[in-house]
Amino acid sequence: MQTHSFENIFRQYDWDTVKNAIYAKTPADVENALNKPRRGLDDFMALVSPAAAPYLERMAALSMQLTQQRFGKTIQLYAPVYLSNECQNICTYCGFSLNNPLRRKTLTGAEMLREIDVVKAMGFGHVLLVTGEAWQTVGMDYFSRALPVFKQHFPQLSIEVQPMEEEDYRALKPLGLHSVLVYQETYHEEDYKKHHPKGRKSSFGWRLETPDRLGRAGIHKIGLGVLIGLEDWRTDSFFTALHLDYLQRTYWQTRYSISFPRLRPFSGGLPPKSIMSDRQLLQLICAYRLFNPDVELSLSTRESPRFRDHLVPLGITTMSAGSKTNPGGYAVAPSSLEQFEISDERSPAVVADMIRSHGYSPVWKDWDDFGA
Amino acid sequence: MDELIIAGQAFTSRLFTGTGKFGDLTVMEQALLASGSQLVTVALKRVDAGHQPDNLLAHLRHPQFRLLPNTSGVRNAREAVYAAELAREALETNWLKLEIHPDPRYLLPDPIETLAATEALAAKGFIVLPYIHADPVLCKRLESAGAAAVMPLGAPIGSNRGLRTKDFLEIIIEQSKVPVVVDAGIGAPSHAAAAMELGADAVLVNTAIAVAGNPVAMAAAFAAAVQAGRSAYLAGLPVAGTRAQASSPVLAFLDETVENNVAN
Repeated sequence: MQTHSFENIFRQYDWDTVKNAIYAKTPADVENALNKPRRGLDDFMALVSPAAAPYLERMAALSMQLTQQRFGKTIQLYAPVYLSNECQNICTYCGFSLNNPLRRKTLTGAEMLREIDVVKAMGFGHVLLVTGEAWQTVGMDYFSRALPVFKQHFPQLSIEVQPMEEEDYRALKPLGLHSVLVYQETYHEEDYKKHHPKGRKSSFGWRLETPDRLGRAGIHKIGLGVLIGLEDWRTDSFFTALHLDYLQRTYWQTRYSISFPRLRPFSGGLPPKSIMSDRQLLQLICAYRLFNPDVELSLSTRESPRFRDHLVPLGITTMSAGSKTNPGGYAVAPSSLEQFEISDERSPAVVADMIRSHGYSPVWKDWDDFGA
Repeated sequence: MDELIIAGQAFTSRLFTGTGKFGDLTVMEQALLASGSQLVTVALKRVDAGHQPDNLLAHLRHPQFRLLPNTSGVRNAREAVYAAELAREALETNWLKLEIHPDPRYLLPDPIETLAATEALAAKGFIVLPYIHADPVLCKRLESAGAAAVMPLGAPIGSNRGLRTKDFLEIIIEQSKVPVVVDAGIGAPSHAAAAMELGADAVLVNTAIAVAGNPVAMAAAFAAAVQAGRSAYLAGLPVAGTRAQASSPVLAFLDETVENNVAN
């Protein structure tokens, strides 16, 4: 059986050539993309280009229409639960980086239950379990214990942890694993190495191939994204779209989501290399929706309440709410160091009310495990 | 009384409705009531044990609504059987809208897994209404496998594109011994009326109502269209032709000629 690999596709593209092509797009290219019933990667380039900026109103209207048709007037809600801030990597932008002096914390089984009580009481049926990348403390043994504990209380479990082997994902799936988020951070290989000088994360290729391993393991949903601010966001987003396009053709039974984390201040952090405005983030969200009407688009509490409120109808399908980005942040250790500062500090109930005020329905549960 | 009978259950409304995509559950409830629908689909994956806010089931507690749990989210026959058993327990019904669409983009049904699941579920006593492509042969196979009705699609689900599969729907309707419910793609009351005029036994509508500017008014419009289409079908639609036909037939004189000859 043929083993597929995105790396083979990726190596056919040169970063600078792609970047130049994006910046060379004209208003006519944008018009052409907007007028098509189906849009490809070249159209995506036009839609994320500077030439598309004056067309944002039209893009937003189309994005709203496509999103309503495919997802209805609903927004899925989830809560991140940080299990550990231990990490063996050095990353220039992350609060959990190995060289960042902070008190490390990994939740015990009893502490998980305390966190679960609080998150469950908020109404969530979907949690995203997050750890740093520390194979010894938060590896397969830990996940194999943690997932069943959470599965008893939440129908939908996602994880955002270190990239793992295909057989590891296969082993976690029957324990209730539904989705895996793995962000490439940047598709600029040289810059990637600068930002990840130490630890397993320094291997660009190993991370790049993770969605392939997930696809082969039959994981229901794969979350992609880059850390916006590390590199030119338009070019990085093109490579994300290229990755998505390849994955959808290859692992056609898998669902996909895209997230848009913009670099936020954190303890010991590096200032962003490129700044993305709210207007540009909206352009990117609309571009993804026009390129792919079916992909789930997720917006975290990194973004401000005002911005999140206005984005409800414009293409987003999923939001976190009431998030704590530190291990034990809900009940066990509320004052431990956060991975990044959140901007929207409203409670899930308030966020749900905001969603309703837009004429949208908050969805707390949208999955059951039928794997028998 | 023009009733639709499925598995011994009589329905006076031939408009079946879905519960997904609504922006407000109270509006959904009002729309379903306005539709007059007596069969309402519910995604099992959206049904919760009761601890979540925005509980869908709380809005469906009306005696006229028979709930039809669907298996949206399953990817093969094995998962479908498991989901059906969960649904029977959670919603206390053996009725099931069988949906197996492994492709999460277009939600197109898998005919092989659907047939296998229908056989297994019918044997377990479920009233199975499978969602399928408009494939006349598959419909006959499902009929033999024990399906209580068949639900061929008019167009890709949620697309609002109408009866793109019309030629095949006509064959299915002509051949079927079980009720035919056109499901998916119906985006306007005129599409629903057209399906009923073809002779479909019912239609299932969700997106077109849920994302309408006024879902309650749209539900009422669909109810009227379904009724009109059904009435037209029962009344016997004239065959469409390409040439004008005089309403006074040109050969009427022949009968007179015969009579004259007899008289002479």
